[in-house]
Amino acid sequence: MDHFNEARKKYLEFTTRRHFLKKCSTGLGALAFGSLLGMDKVVAQSIKNEGSGLPHFYPKAKRVIYLHMAGAPSQLELFDYKPELHKLDGQDCPPSLLEGKRFAFIEGTPQMLGPQHSFRQHGHSGQYVSDALPYFSQVVDKVSFLKAMHTDEFNHAPAQLLLQTGSPRVGRPSMGAWVTYGLGSENQDLPGYMVLISGGSNPSAGKNVWGSGFIPSEYQGVQCRNSGDPILYVSNPEGLSRNARRVSLDYLNKINHAEYNDIGDEEILSRISQYEMAFKMQVSVPETLNIDDEPEYIKKMYGVKPGESSFANNCLLARKLAEKGTRFIQLYHWGWDTHGDSEKRSVDKGLLKKCQETDQATAALLIDLEQRGLLEDTLVVWGGEFGRTPMRENGSASKMIFKGRDHHVDAFTMWMAGAGIKKGFSYGETDEIGYFGVNGKTHVHDLQATILHLLGMNHEKLTYRFQGRDFRLTDVHGHVVKDILV
Amino acid sequence: MGNKPHRLIWSIPVLLMLMTDCAQQEKVDFNADIRPILNKKCINCHGGVKQSGGFGLVFRENALAKTASDVYGIVPGNPKKSELIKRITNHDPEFRMPLDGEPLSDEEIELLTRWIEQGAEWETHWSYKKPEEPEIPQPELAWGNNPIDKFTLQKMLENGLEPSSPASKYDLIRRVSLDLTGLPPSLPRVEKFINDASPGAYEKVVDELLASPRFGEHWASMWLDLARYADSKGYESDGQRYIWKYRDWVIDAFNQDMPFDQFTIEQLAGDMLPSPTLDQLVATGFHRNTMNNDEGGTFNEEYRIYAVIDRINTTWETWQATTMSCVQCHGHPYDPIDAQDFYESMAFFNNTADWDIKSEFPVLKELNEEDQQKLEEIKNWVEKYGKEKDFNQLQKQILTGTPRISHDEYTRKENIVHHNRALQDYVVVSDGSMLEVDALDLTGEKWLVLYSRQRKPANGKVIIWTDDAKIAEATLPKTKQFQPLFIELSATKQPIKLTLRFESGSKDFKAELDGFTLVEKLPGEDAPGFENVTAQVQQLFTAEPEHTTLIIQEKPRKFARNTHFFNRGSYLDQRQEVQPDIPAVLQIDSMDLKNRLDFARWLVSEENPLTARVTVNRFWARLFGKGIVVTEEDFGTMGDKPTHPKLLDWLALQFSKEYQWSIKKLIKTMVMSATYQQDSKISPGAKEVDANNRWLSFSTRTRLSAEQVRDQALAVTGLLSDKMFGPPVMPPQPEGIWNIPYSSWEWETSQGKDAYRRGIYTLIRRSNPYPSFINFDASNRQVCQSRRINTNTPLQALNTLNDPVFFEAARQLALHLNNLDTDEVNKLASGYQRVMRQPAEENQLALIIELYDKMKSHYQENPHETESLIGKPDAQLAAMVVVANTLLNIDEFLVKS
Repeated sequence: MDHFNEARKKYLEFTTRRHFLKKCSTGLGALAFGSLLGMDKVVAQSIKNEGSGLPHFYPKAKRVIYLHMAGAPSQLELFDYKPELHKLDGQDCPPSLLEGKRFAFIEGTPQMLGPQHSFRQHGHSGQYVSDALPYFSQVVDKVSFLKAMHTDEFNHAPAQLLLQTGSPRVGRPSMGAWVTYGLGSENQDLPGYMVLISGGSNPSAGKNVWGSGFIPSEYQGVQCRNSGDPILYVSNPEGLSRNARRVSLDYLNKINHAEYNDIGDEEILSRISQYEMAFKMQVSVPETLNIDDEPEYIKKMYGVKPGESSFANNCLLARKLAEKGTRFIQLYHWGWDTHGDSEKRSVDKGLLKKCQETDQATAALLIDLEQRGLLEDTLVVWGGEFGRTPMRENGSASKMIFKGRDHHVDAFTMWMAGAGIKKGFSYGETDEIGYFGVNGKTHVHDLQATILHLLGMNHEKLTYRFQGRDFRLTDVHGHVVKDILV
Repeated sequence: MGNKPHRLIWSIPVLLMLMTDCAQQEKVDFNADIRPILNKKCINCHGGVKQSGGFGLVFRENALAKTASDVYGIVPGNPKKSELIKRITNHDPEFRMPLDGEPLSDEEIELLTRWIEQGAEWETHWSYKKPEEPEIPQPELAWGNNPIDKFTLQKMLENGLEPSSPASKYDLIRRVSLDLTGLPPSLPRVEKFINDASPGAYEKVVDELLASPRFGEHWASMWLDLARYADSKGYESDGQRYIWKYRDWVIDAFNQDMPFDQFTIEQLAGDMLPSPTLDQLVATGFHRNTMNNDEGGTFNEEYRIYAVIDRINTTWETWQATTMSCVQCHGHPYDPIDAQDFYESMAFFNNTADWDIKSEFPVLKELNEEDQQKLEEIKNWVEKYGKEKDFNQLQKQILTGTPRISHDEYTRKENIVHHNRALQDYVVVSDGSMLEVDALDLTGEKWLVLYSRQRKPANGKVIIWTDDAKIAEATLPKTKQFQPLFIELSATKQPIKLTLRFESGSKDFKAELDGFTLVEKLPGEDAPGFENVTAQVQQLFTAEPEHTTLIIQEKPRKFARNTHFFNRGSYLDQRQEVQPDIPAVLQIDSMDLKNRLDFARWLVSEENPLTARVTVNRFWARLFGKGIVVTEEDFGTMGDKPTHPKLLDWLALQFSKEYQWSIKKLIKTMVMSATYQQDSKISPGAKEVDANNRWLSFSTRTRLSAEQVRDQALAVTGLLSDKMFGPPVMPPQPEGIWNIPYSSWEWETSQGKDAYRRGIYTLIRRSNPYPSFINFDASNRQVCQSRRINTNTPLQALNTLNDPVFFEAARQLALHLNNLDTDEVNKLASGYQRVMRQPAEENQLALIIELYDKMKSHYQENPHETESLIGKPDAQLAAMVVVANTLLNIDEFLVKS
C-alpha cells in the first residue's frame, strides 16, 4: 500500500466514523463525541479513550429479542429427532458414554430414554419438529436451527451466566449491557435494554444475567414488572397529577439552572436532562407496556391473558418494544428443568405444559414481526442454557417415578430467526442418540459472537477496559457462525 | 506496492542520525517516558500473554530474545539493529508498527531510540518500589494549612492554576459532615459553627465528627464493598446468611480507630493469632463473604475452590491494588506476575476448614444470656483448677465445634459413602463401616465428640480402637439433626492411630456423620461439682445460639491441604504442588512467609511498598472525588499514574509511621488541608484548563452515595433512626422484587424505627439488592469492588421523585413545616434551610414561593387531587408536600459541594 492508499483509507475511516457519530445518539459513539449524558466525567473520559468506531461494519440487525427458556428444555423432545434413541429405550447406558463425564445428578449406570414426544416434518424445509409444538411447526421455515450447541457448565446459574455474560462466575456485563454500551438506544424515552419475566420465577442466576457487571450501571437491563409500576417508581405518587409534576419539574429545573450559573458544573445540566427524560418515560413506558389497546385479533394470535404475568403477554410486549426501537429485549420463561422428580418436571407431561405456555406466542411473535416488516432488522433467538441427557435421570436423592433427563452440556438445540439469518435452515448435527455434536458444533461463545456480528459489532473489538485488561463478552473465544447467515 | 517517494527513503537514516546525536544527551526515564509508550501502543499484542511474532515487552529477558522471525527486537546500545525501531519507522503501513494503528510520533520514536541507545534498561514500576520520604515543596505563593497543600499548590502553579477561595462555612460544615459521617450536620451544630468565629471552630467540628458513632457507620460501606459483604449466599436460591456481626465489627473498628495494621491482620488471619479473642474470630468473616452455591448439581469442592480464588483476588485488590485474576490462567498480560505466583498466593488461603456446604460451617455461636452465664461458671472452674489458656481453647470449641476431623482427614475408610454435592456434606455409615485417622494426639484425657444423625433407630453402635485395643463404645442416638455425642477416651502416651467401627447387626442401620472433634476434659476431676460443670459443657455444645456468624478457621497443620498449580486455570487439571510465596517483584531479600498470618503481617510490614499507598488513596478518593491514582483498584502498569506521586508517598509514610496506621489521624490531616476546604465553584480558567480537576484547584462536586441519598432524606425530615448494630433490616420496598427460584424467604417489611435505620443496616440479598441502592450505583456485593462508578440516569430521578420512602420523607417535612407558627414565606424558607442546612438565597426562595403559590391554587382548584394526596382538603399542606418533594430532588441536595 502506498501513501495515497493509506491516506484514502484513513479518510474513509474518518468519514464513516463521523457519519456514524452524527446518527447515533448514545452509546460509545456519542460518548466519543463528548456527550456526557448519564455518565460521570471520569468514566466518560476512560471510555472515550476506547471509542473504536462503532458499529464495526454494516449491521443486519438493529435489535434483539432473546427468548431464554430458563431451566433448559430438552432438545430430544423438541427439535433433535432421534429415532435410534427409541430403540435403545430402557437399556443400560454403556460405560463408554459415561467415562470421564460429570453430571449434575446421574449416578451409577442410568438407562437410555427414548423421545417422549412424536415428531413430524414441516414446511418447505421439511424439518422435524415435535408434536408438542403445533404452532411453531407452522413457522419452521422462518428459522435457522443450531442443533449442535454446547457449553461448559452443567448447573443452571453458572450456565445461564456463561451464556448471558460470557463467564460462569458473577461480575461480568450481560449481553444486553454490552449491546447497549456499544450501540446505545434508538429511543430516548425508553430504556435501551428491557427484561420481561414469566413462568413464576426469575432465572436461577438472578438479576446478574441482565446486570452491567463492571461497566456503568446505566447499561443494565431494566426489568419490566408484571404488577404495580411497569418500571419501578415510574408512576407519580397518588394525588400528584401529571400537570402538577410538570410544574414542580419546571421549578426544579429553574433552581438547578440557577445553581449551574453559579457553580459551572456540567453535571448539573446532565441532571436536568435526566429529570426531563424521566418525565417523558412516565408517559412512554406505561403506553408501551400496555397491551389493552391492541386489537382483539392480535391478542388472540398471541393468546394473551390480560392482567396476568404470562409468556404470551411478554411476547406481545416484546413486539411493542421492538417497534419503539428498544435495542435488546430479553425474555425469561422459567420452568423447563425436567428431571422427572415430579409430574410437573417430567419430559412428557411437564414439558408439554411448558410448550403449551409458550408455543403459540412464540410463533405469533415471528408472524407479527414479519407482517410489520420488523423481522428484517430484528434478530430473534430462542433456547435454554444447556441441553438434556439421552439417559433417564436416576439420581438417588429422590425417587424418579416420572420420566426425566439430567443436565447436559455437550448437545442442545437453539434457533435464530430474522435479521440476517437463513430461513428454513439447520446447522450442526448430533450423533444418533443426540449426545454429542458431530459436526457444526457451536459453543455459546460462538452464539454470542454471532449475535454481536449481526448487530454490526466485531466481538473481538467490543471491549471495555477494567483492571487494566480489555474485557470482551466472548472472553478469549468465539467464532461467528457464518453458515446460518444470509 | 506503489512507488515510494524518493526522499523518504533516505530520510530514515537521517532521522536515526539525528536521534543518535540526541542519545548523548539526557538519560531517558523508563517509567516516565518509555513504559507509557509500550503500554499504550505495543503491549496489547506484545505483552505477557499474547507475544505476537515471539516478541513480548513485559520482561526484559523476553524483549531482548530472538523473535520468531529470527531477528532481535531490541539490541541494547544499537537502535539501528533493533527490529523495533525499524518497524516503528517503516513507511509501509503493512509492516509499520503498531499494525492498523496511528504511527508513533517523532517524539516517541526519538525517546525509544535514545532509550535503546542508552542500553534499553527496564526499571521497576513505581508502585513496586518502597515509598521514600519526599521533600516537601516550597511553592512561591503563600497558601495552605499543612504539607498536603504544598504538594497540591505546586502542581496547580505548574499547570497555570491557582487555588480557589475557601468554601462558605455553610458549605464546609455540610461537606465535612457528609464526608466523615455520611449525614448532614444538625441544624443547631450549623448554627453554632456559624457563630463561632474562633480560629479553631472548624477543627472542633472535625474532631466531633471523628468521634461520632456515625463515623463508623459511614466508612464501613466503603470497606464492605471491598469485603463483598452481604446477607445472602449468592447463587440461585440465594439463601440467607448470618454474618452481620462482621459488619458490626467493621463499624466498631472504624469507630474505635483500630490501627489499620491490626485491622488487616485480624480480618485476614485473626483465627491464627495466639489465643484469639471472639472479636478476632468475628473479624475473619472478611473472607467468609464469598458466595456459596447450594444449587442441586454442584460439587462442593469446585465451589470451595472458587471461593478461595475469590479470596486471592479480593486480598490482592483490597490491599495491593493488583489485578491477580488475570494470572489465574496465564502470565499477566502487562504486569511482571505469572500464573505460578497466583497458586503460590493460593497456598496461603487454601487451608481453611470452610466448604461450599449448606450449614456454612464453621460458624461462631453467640449464646443467650442464660447459657452465657453457664459459660462464665465453666470459665471460673477452669481458671480455678486449670489454666486460662485451657479455657480459651474450650470456649472456642464450645462456640465453633472446631477443629473438626472430617471426611478429608480420614486416612482409611471402608464401607462408607460420601455425599458431597449441593446441600449435602456428610458420610453415611452402616453395619460394618470403618474409618481411621493416623497419629492423633490423645495424650491428655479427652472426649471424642462425634456429630451424627440417625433418623431410624437400629441399635447402631460406634466402637473406638487405638491400634489394636478397644478403648470406648457408644450407642448412636436417634436424631433428626446432627447431634454431638460425647465419648470418653483414655489417654495414650503418644499420638496414635484411631479407628471408629460401626456395628448394629441390622441391615437397616444407617447413620450420617459430620465428623468429630477431640475436646480436652475439664480439670479438677476430684473437686465437688465436677459432674455438674461437665454436664454444662456438654449441654453448651448443643445450646441453641442467640446468633451466629461465619468465621475462618485454619485447618491444623497435620491435616493441611496441598495446593497445586491449575493448568490454564482449570481445577480439573491440577499439576505440580506449590508452596506459599509472594510474587518475585515484591520480594525484598528473601522472605520466608509460611502461612496466612505471615502473609497478613507482610502486607502491613515496612517491606510492603503498596499497602499504605493503596489505602491512603482510597480515603483520599472518598474525600476529594477521585484518587491520586484514579484507578484505585489497579496500581499496576496499566493503572493510571498518580497525579501527585510525592504527595501519595508522603501520605503513605505519614499513615504507616507517623500516625501508626490511625485512619482518623489520616482523615483529619486530609480534611484540615486548605485543598479540601476550597470552594466548589469552577473558575472559567480552571474550566478551560482542568475541568476534571486533576490539579485540585477547586473542590470537586460529587454525587452522594446510594446510602447517603437515602440517609440524608430521612435525616433532614426527622425520620432517621440512630439505632446501631444488629440483624439487617428490611425497609419498605415495592412488592414482588424478590422472585427467586426454590426460595421461600420473604421480604418482611421492618416495623417502627427499624423501617428508618441507616442504609448500612439494610438487608442485602445479592441476587435482588435493595432497588434504590442499585439505582444509585451501590455494589451488589458479589465481588470485591474498589469504587462505585457514578451514573446519572432517569431511573434515579424517578426514584427520588416517586419512591414511597422518599415521598414519605417529603410528607413528613411538609407536615412539620405546616405546623410551624409563622407565615408561609417563613415556612418555605425554613423548609429550604432544613434540607440544605443553609438559608436559601433570594432568587432560590423566590422560585420556591412561586412554586408553592402555583401548587396551592392547583390544589384549591382540584380538591379531589388534594384529598388523594394527603387524605384531607388542605391545599396548603398539599402544596407544601410538592414543594418538599421538589426540595429533596434539587441537584445541590444530591451532591456534596
